[in-house]
Amino acid sequence: MEAKKFTNINKLEKSELQTFTFAYPPAELILESGEKLGPVTLVYETYGELNAQKSNAILVLHALSGDAHAAETNGWWESLIGPGKGLDTNKCFVICSNVIGGCRGSTGPSSTNPKTGKPYGTDFPLVTIGDIVQAQIHLIDHLGIEKLLAVIGGSMGGMQVLQWMVAYPERIRSAIPIATTMKHTPQQIAFNEVGRQAIMADPDWKNGHYYGSVVPAKGLAVARMIGHITYMSDSSMAEKFGRRVREDKKPFKFGAEFEVEGYLQYQGDSFVKRFDANSYLYITKAIDYFNILNGNKNLGNIFKGLKAKVLVISFKSDWLYPSYQSQDIVKACKLAGVDTTYCEINSTYGHDSFLLETEQETQLIKHFLNTVSNGHNGGKQ
Amino acid sequence: MTQATLKAEHKIIIGWIPKEASVLDLGCGDGELLSLLISEKQVHAQGVELNETSIHRCVAQGLSVFQQDIDTGLSEYADNSFDYVILNQTLQQVKRPDFALKEALRVGKKVIIGFPNFVQASARLQILRGRVPVTKALPYEWYDTPNLHFLSIADFKAYCKKRNLHIEDSAFIRKNNKIRLLPNLFAEIGLFLLSK
Repeated sequence: MEAKKFTNINKLEKSELQTFTFAYPPAELILESGEKLGPVTLVYETYGELNAQKSNAILVLHALSGDAHAAETNGWWESLIGPGKGLDTNKCFVICSNVIGGCRGSTGPSSTNPKTGKPYGTDFPLVTIGDIVQAQIHLIDHLGIEKLLAVIGGSMGGMQVLQWMVAYPERIRSAIPIATTMKHTPQQIAFNEVGRQAIMADPDWKNGHYYGSVVPAKGLAVARMIGHITYMSDSSMAEKFGRRVREDKKPFKFGAEFEVEGYLQYQGDSFVKRFDANSYLYITKAIDYFNILNGNKNLGNIFKGLKAKVLVISFKSDWLYPSYQSQDIVKACKLAGVDTTYCEINSTYGHDSFLLETEQETQLIKHFLNTVSNGHNGGKQ
Repeated sequence: MTQATLKAEHKIIIGWIPKEASVLDLGCGDGELLSLLISEKQVHAQGVELNETSIHRCVAQGLSVFQQDIDTGLSEYADNSFDYVILNQTLQQVKRPDFALKEALRVGKKVIIGFPNFVQASARLQILRGRVPVTKALPYEWYDTPNLHFLSIADFKAYCKKRNLHIEDSAFIRKNNKIRLLPNLFAEIGLFLLSK
């Protein structure tokens, strides 16, 4: 793994970071676009112990800006994963890998292109959620796991869960898609597009070939700021910032005067240090292109024959991935006769709820996983 | 409603449902009846409930449950998707009982209805005294009742006749016991097993 200017490698190195490289030429990964990618490296972390039957493995799938470091200190889902927590590492073996196209150790646009010896940049092929999941199945095979106890994720992680349900239904015993959708609406695509335009309008972007020089920090920071607005809710922002003015405001007309401005600028600036602008472009495109209904006009056929139990969770104040989108997933499950549970959690944090409102989430997930692992089936077959 | 009253209703409903049937419980509450049906009859159970706290309790018992408003219908289910659809202590609380019952009869081969009898003797006495009744089966004050519709056993029978619904079986409960004599006067709860 080469060192990258923007990556906070230190944090990653402290944890139990593992890598798996596969798809060496000529057996490259064939992407949905028809292009080939190889070799492919996935960076992943695991927590807990895999049991002798290899029946207690849970794959955690991260969202747009996430990485393999899901649990333990500073893990992005630290509140849900750990001993005695929702994903109980005393009982389960939890795996989380960074997605392909990403910039946190897995192969992406900032990785070295074996053909040129230089970073791919925008020569990196377009990847889809399907491709991301296809890479994950190689990792699961590599770990010798035949059937996962659960696949779980929120937002883009939830899209990967849906993809698992469709692409590898026989490899999962349960699926937990959270605050997600079967396909992006024009509104959701629009927010991503503004983020992409901000990056591409930054003169430092240089058509994506900026590695080794200055990174398009301004553009990426603005993209992250837009993202952050969509992750919160009107009431969570009001509660967090009000109209309070920063005490350390600088004597400049358009400085960050309101706390919310300072917060967004801070989020934008700190994101630039750990994330690659090109990865932001690639991953948001993968999210926008995702459509589990592709070529399937009948909603009832999508999950037909799925034996896994499904737990769908949405959040009342999430306006980026509103509950109706989760209810559509539930509808498709019902039509297919899939054993499904659905709950809309009453939370005010907006889309961020899936990371923050973990108390309710924990209870649901814990009990649901107990039911799955005990084989006790309360539901319809 | 007392725990004891609930038990008698549950006993009758469990008796009506054969082993390994598929059951949809509309307004399943905390999942008490569905859990009993699974342990007693190994049914394939699916619950529908609006209350989030109740959903958590159902999931804690290992039940599969959807958070949904029954008033929005059951359009995702094909005709006869379930052997039994249960509306126990639910019908009087939905906005459109006629629509809910129609949907239940469409997706279920058979439908079980349970409701409090509004004209039971002690309720009649309270009305004669000039008060809206508060009884064991109708424990709510006028200002906090979730019940939107008040019906009697006779009303429900008349309704079934009007809608051409076949009553396969019925049972009436007073003080946690099955009764036969003058149910419209004495029963606190009416239970009906309907088919199309």
